[in-house]
Amino acid sequence: MTVLETTGLTITLDGQPLVRDVSFGLAARDRVGLIGESGSGKSLTALALLGLLPPGMRTSGRILIDGQDHLGAPDRQWRRVRGRTVSIVFQEPLTALDPLMPVGRQIAGPLRLHQGLNRSDAERRAIEWCDRVHLPDPARLVRALPHELSGGQRQRVALAMALACRPRVLIADEPTTALDVTVQAQILTLLDELIEETGVGLLFISHDLPVVAGLARHLLVMRNGRLVESGLVDDVLRRPRSDYARQLVASAARVTRLARPNVRGEDR
Amino acid sequence: MSTPLVEAVETIEAPDIPDRPRRGWRSPSFVVGAALLLAILALALVSLVWSPYGLDHTDPTARLAGPSGQHWAGTDRLGRDQFTQLMLGARTAVWIGLASVAVAFAIGVPLGLLAAAAGRFVENAVVGVIDIVIAFPTLLLAMLLVTVYGASTGVAISAIGIGVSAEVARLTRISASRVFTEDYVLAARTCGTGPLMILARHVLPNIWHTLLVQATLAFGIAVIAEASLSYLGLGTPPPAPSWGRMLQEAQSTVSVAPWNVLLPGLAVAVTVVGVNLLGDGLREILDPQLRQQRQAADR
Repeated sequence: MTVLETTGLTITLDGQPLVRDVSFGLAARDRVGLIGESGSGKSLTALALLGLLPPGMRTSGRILIDGQDHLGAPDRQWRRVRGRTVSIVFQEPLTALDPLMPVGRQIAGPLRLHQGLNRSDAERRAIEWCDRVHLPDPARLVRALPHELSGGQRQRVALAMALACRPRVLIADEPTTALDVTVQAQILTLLDELIEETGVGLLFISHDLPVVAGLARHLLVMRNGRLVESGLVDDVLRRPRSDYARQLVASAARVTRLARPNVRGEDR
Repeated sequence: MSTPLVEAVETIEAPDIPDRPRRGWRSPSFVVGAALLLAILALALVSLVWSPYGLDHTDPTARLAGPSGQHWAGTDRLGRDQFTQLMLGARTAVWIGLASVAVAFAIGVPLGLLAAAAGRFVENAVVGVIDIVIAFPTLLLAMLLVTVYGASTGVAISAIGIGVSAEVARLTRISASRVFTEDYVLAARTCGTGPLMILARHVLPNIWHTLLVQATLAFGIAVIAEASLSYLGLGTPPPAPSWGRMLQEAQSTVSVAPWNVLLPGLAVAVTVVGVNLLGDGLREILDPQLRQQRQAADR
């Protein structure tokens, strides 16, 4: 069943359209990749799906969450679905965590809010979640402040926070872009594991085709605020129909060819 | 198609979580500032239970006497013991200072938070009011209030409190607005956290240290303002003692009894220097960024 569906989503700022007529749907266990260059409207689309666009931006179209149109809904109605039905992980895990709050309390926050858990139950659940995202020594780590963790560990905390209330859709907005390549691979592996385990539907936003291709089954390609292509990952990679998708695939292939000698070099 | 991803290796090191030591309490400005303020506070507290003479005790045989064993700080032209006046004046200064800061924060913090959290319209309205109050001299405000309600401790506290509250509201709004634009507030909102919870869980914990430093500085401003009002006869009415009125009364006899001017002036100066040093020290101790730098340096 479709959890999150948008039809004809258009976002304008001062009459200038930033996102135009975007439509797609997402069900539990779906893995959709949204790819496009910076400024193409990917992140705006993500924020719009949570009703959190910056003030001044206007939206039209429909955003259905569990069949109910949320576009233009009051904040009170949005707050019931944020974190509970739809969650998001951002690109930069350092700034996405409150620098003065122990990470355990940050994971526990949504649990106390949506599930009404008391402090100690929420903290116990936070420790469980730290364990599930493979953070070392969870009972001690929940008391750490964000700056005491590494970038990868912070992103694990952000994932735990986003998934704590068992949402049915997770939006991952370039969750690995700010990380080292090795850490990036670890986070992607973890993400893969978590979505298998929890059955959450994934909308993975990135500008990096190989990363998206490794994780998603369905691909949306965005350019200048429009969806220019949509299809299964394999189909798009083999038979890109739009010019932009063709360019993307060609340049990704070139990068892969260039990278291969290095990889071999390391193997020896 | 092969991706250039290196095979994931789960090599996560245990985090380096130091037990956070509260370093920095020995910073010189904090220690000196605290010592000066404690001295003033001690004067005020001791005056509650003991002072060399009673408040209305006059010694007509020893007018304008210099400092002696009998009158530690001399007497004024009515023969009142100046050390007694100084101690009771400290009580007035501390009380009015604390009360005005409380009034200023009770008005300023909610107003600043409202401006930061509400939409543009409310924010502009509040900023306008703040600017007007900041531009309006506190002394003029006090004169207006005294004209209407007559001079009293309450009027002095209200006038100083309202005057200082504008500065507090401005700082609160600026600090809180900065926090509201942070990603972690957006992240909290994506989890469904409402505006009041964001204020309580994220905004206040991230700005209280700034506000506390501002409170110490505001206390210094309030003490000076109280002395000025009393000097002008707009503060606490006699017989309640006040450093400002001591200064004003000693003015006519300054050529024969200069110590009578020196002492209350010194008391005001010590208080203000004390709170400023204390504020500087607190800033060093509490500022999260400086704290993290200290921790990093400790490792």
